[in-house]
Amino acid sequence: MSNIINSLYNIRLLDDLARKKTFIHSIHPLIKLLTTIVYVAVLASFERHEVSALLPFVFYPVFILSFAEIPVVPILKRVLLVEPLIIGIGILNPLFDNYIVVFGDIVVSRGWLTFLSIFIKCSLAVTVSILLVATTGMDRLAIALRMLKIPRIFALQLLLTYRYIWLLIEESLRMVRAYSLRAPGQKGVKINDLGSFLGQMLLRAFDRAQRIYQAMSLRGFTGEYNAGDVPKIKFRDFVYFAAWSLFFIIARIYNIAVLIGALFTGVGR
Amino acid sequence: MHMADALISPAVGGTMLAATAGIAAYSAKKVQNDMDESKIPLMGVMGAFVFAAQMINFSIPGTGSSGHLGGGMLLAILLGPYAAFLTMASILLIQALFFGDGGLLAYGCNVFNLGFYTCFVAYPLIYKKLVRKGVNPRSIFVGSMVSSVVGLQLGAFSVVVQTLLSGKTELPFGQFLLLMQPIHLAIGVIEGLATAAIVTFIWRARPEILERVAFGKSLGGVPIKKVLTGLVVAVVIVGGLLSWFASTNPDGLEWSIERVMGTTELETPDGIHKVFSEIQSRTAFLPDYGFKTDQDDVQNQPAVEDEESWPSVNAGTSVSGIVGGAMTLVLAAFMGWIINILKKKRGKAVA
Amino acid sequence: MSHHKLEARSLYFSYPDGHEAVKNVSFTIYHGESVGLIGANGAGKSTLLMLLMGILFPSRGEVLVGDVRLTKKTLPAIRQRLGFVFQNPDDQLFMTTVYDDVAFGPRNYGLDEDEVKIRAEKALEMVGIPHLRDRAPFKLSGGEKRVAAIASVLSMQPDILIMDEPTSALDPKSRRRVINLLKNFEHTKIIASHDLDMVLETCRRVIVLNEGEIAADGITEEILFNKELLESCGLEIPLSLQNCPVCGTFKSHISHVKKWDLSFSCKCQD
Ligand SMILES: Nc1ncnc2c1ncn2[C@@H]1O[C@H](COP(=O)(O)OP(=O)(O)OP(=O)(O)O)[C@@H](O)[C@H]1O
Ligand SMILES: [Mg+2]
Repeated sequence: MSNIINSLYNIRLLDDLARKKTFIHSIHPLIKLLTTIVYVAVLASFERHEVSALLPFVFYPVFILSFAEIPVVPILKRVLLVEPLIIGIGILNPLFDNYIVVFGDIVVSRGWLTFLSIFIKCSLAVTVSILLVATTGMDRLAIALRMLKIPRIFALQLLLTYRYIWLLIEESLRMVRAYSLRAPGQKGVKINDLGSFLGQMLLRAFDRAQRIYQAMSLRGFTGEYNAGDVPKIKFRDFVYFAAWSLFFIIARIYNIAVLIGALFTGVGR
Repeated sequence: MHMADALISPAVGGTMLAATAGIAAYSAKKVQNDMDESKIPLMGVMGAFVFAAQMINFSIPGTGSSGHLGGGMLLAILLGPYAAFLTMASILLIQALFFGDGGLLAYGCNVFNLGFYTCFVAYPLIYKKLVRKGVNPRSIFVGSMVSSVVGLQLGAFSVVVQTLLSGKTELPFGQFLLLMQPIHLAIGVIEGLATAAIVTFIWRARPEILERVAFGKSLGGVPIKKVLTGLVVAVVIVGGLLSWFASTNPDGLEWSIERVMGTTELETPDGIHKVFSEIQSRTAFLPDYGFKTDQDDVQNQPAVEDEESWPSVNAGTSVSGIVGGAMTLVLAAFMGWIINILKKKRGKAVA
Repeated sequence: MSHHKLEARSLYFSYPDGHEAVKNVSFTIYHGESVGLIGANGAGKSTLLMLLMGILFPSRGEVLVGDVRLTKKTLPAIRQRLGFVFQNPDDQLFMTTVYDDVAFGPRNYGLDEDEVKIRAEKALEMVGIPHLRDRAPFKLSGGEKRVAAIASVLSMQPDILIMDEPTSALDPKSRRRVINLLKNFEHTKIIASHDLDMVLETCRRVIVLNEGEIAADGITEEILFNKELLESCGLEIPLSLQNCPVCGTFKSHISHVKKWDLSFSCKCQD
């Protein structure tokens, strides 16, 4: 039950955060989406043993976290929740690659580097995806998608799903509560009850969809989604995109961490 | 399993995104042409339903563990393949954005792995064939079970292939496959059980809902020939692209960068290898396996730039890496701190 | 203005399972009238409203809006003139922001974005929620949802407002707000409800449905005072018209009620 409550809380929090009004929030949604995609793609392009060169990429999420006034802890919590799976995959690497690497006095098997690399990439990629919604919101992201010429049906469908997730998760929470009160000490719903449990919920969802359709068609809906004008991309949006992309590419070509390190230690060159 | 951004290369991610976008565009067109517009809110609400249903754990008899619904096959059965594919795509997008499941670059992979095989392979070729003779609890059970298992096996296989083509992990093909397929066999059986239970309930309570899809207009009918041709074409294109990417040395860029920065020299002090093997036998997994860095190899062939000789045993650079990495993080944290302070000050000044 | 007239001519409707939910219903509602449609649970109120809106089609009889007969063909034009507020605002507010919901109708009728904006803002203004413009419907309170749902219909500038249970599940304050809102609309109104006190305040005329048939059609005060009629239809006299809970004497006569004083003021308390 707690994961249902957590999800509800998470969606609500991100939706709330997305309605703040900061400089980051005011950047055009398409620009933010593209910047995030460039970021993730550049991150993914690093070779599998790379660790130190990934670190400068932490600047981007930190920049957004601070400028958009996003609370750090709940976002990190969310990121941590995703990690176990990636750790599961990552932890296998030292098993299969224990070629030796030396860092000064530290000796590790290279598989650990791969593991660390995957771990950092995952944390960063997940953080920026969550920050994207937290600073943009689903409705404005749908605008960005529409500008990318994504089919309108898909955009409308996506928004409807998002809209009703809240309602249906709440409903499922109520049902699970009522069920567990009558089935104490039981882990989850019995599979024998599952058909009618989820089936009932599904039938109600069906009827709801019917009523929503009626509400839509009463207001002139005929299958065509008219979503209104899209906001224009301004000059400063371009600058934002260009500046970050430039940073990502530079950080991709030059290992900034090593360069900084060389400044301090005087070695490396 | 969701494919993650951290496990794929931009080439694989990009190819799969393109493939998925193509299928989605085709599906959207199909949906728009074929069906009554009342299906659009239905798709939306069904997406939300699957989302909520995924959070409900149910106990699996005799195992003491619990599982949950995935929902792909259920959507295909209730909405038909095209609408189901689009619905799956929006569920996965919301999961990627709000929960960090998968990711933006891996989004195409995930929609393909969880949506394509279920909606366009398992559903039309297995489920529909098995229930064609007559819808009843038995055919629903067999159909749901077999199609869910097959759909998830294909999806899992796809995850393995994508991961390996991306080359971001060390996992060998065979072992990874042996890990993934059985896990997904279990997941598939659970999925089959859950799907069958729900579909049977619906069939008893409101059979017209299933009939609408099964005998409805072109909605449920996927022309098998077309799908197969499409599948073959997709496989050839995607496979061709992927193998092309895979065959070009995935580490090529790294090598050239390293040359530019001149960091691939070996300056290992002699005695260190003894220390190596000692420490390594304690710290690393499977100490005997692949411990090929014997002294002679390393010292005699310093110029060989194959995979095995790469690890930059350049102590100096490595130390710079560690120090610089730490400095980078400190700097980033400092930046965040300063921005916060400045913002607060400005907030006060305004207030 | 005959085009604001809404007429039902001997409507019959049966659900696919054979249940006859509406039987021989006829009435005419003229411009500017406000009509309460009351009846017990399952009396057929919602069904009748859906017949008026063309969500369902009668098995016999016809609906006329103005002088136009409601058919599949005339539906789009007619629906533009009727605004229907659903019983459950969660069915009506399906977009991700209140503004998008209010703008949904005007956009579908092909208005340009400037005009859409004017209409949407005016509608939000009318129900007093311009500040909720960018909020997500799923995060509104029940009362806020209800008025947002009303705004989403007002933005289409309908001639006739049709509402199903506009005050159900509202707390006293939100209910009061909706009632005041309804009283101030100049539209022709049809309000289905069991909230008889609300009907008493907002409607001049009442139609009583009982098991799908019209049991009475007349002036509000006369019908809502008719204890026998109401009880035979599974209803009760509105609270505000019931006996004083303190001294037990019949609370008031019509002239008193006309002040719309809903507190239990009684001579015994003076
Ligand atoms: N989809 C349906 N299929 C079959 N019967 C239905 C359906 N919807 C309603 N009915 C039946 O039609 C009758 C009238 O229902 P309706 O919803 O119009 O009542 P109502 O007056 O609006 O009730 P309430 O006050 O509870 O909203 C009821 O007996 C109900 O059981
Ligand atoms: Mg009703």
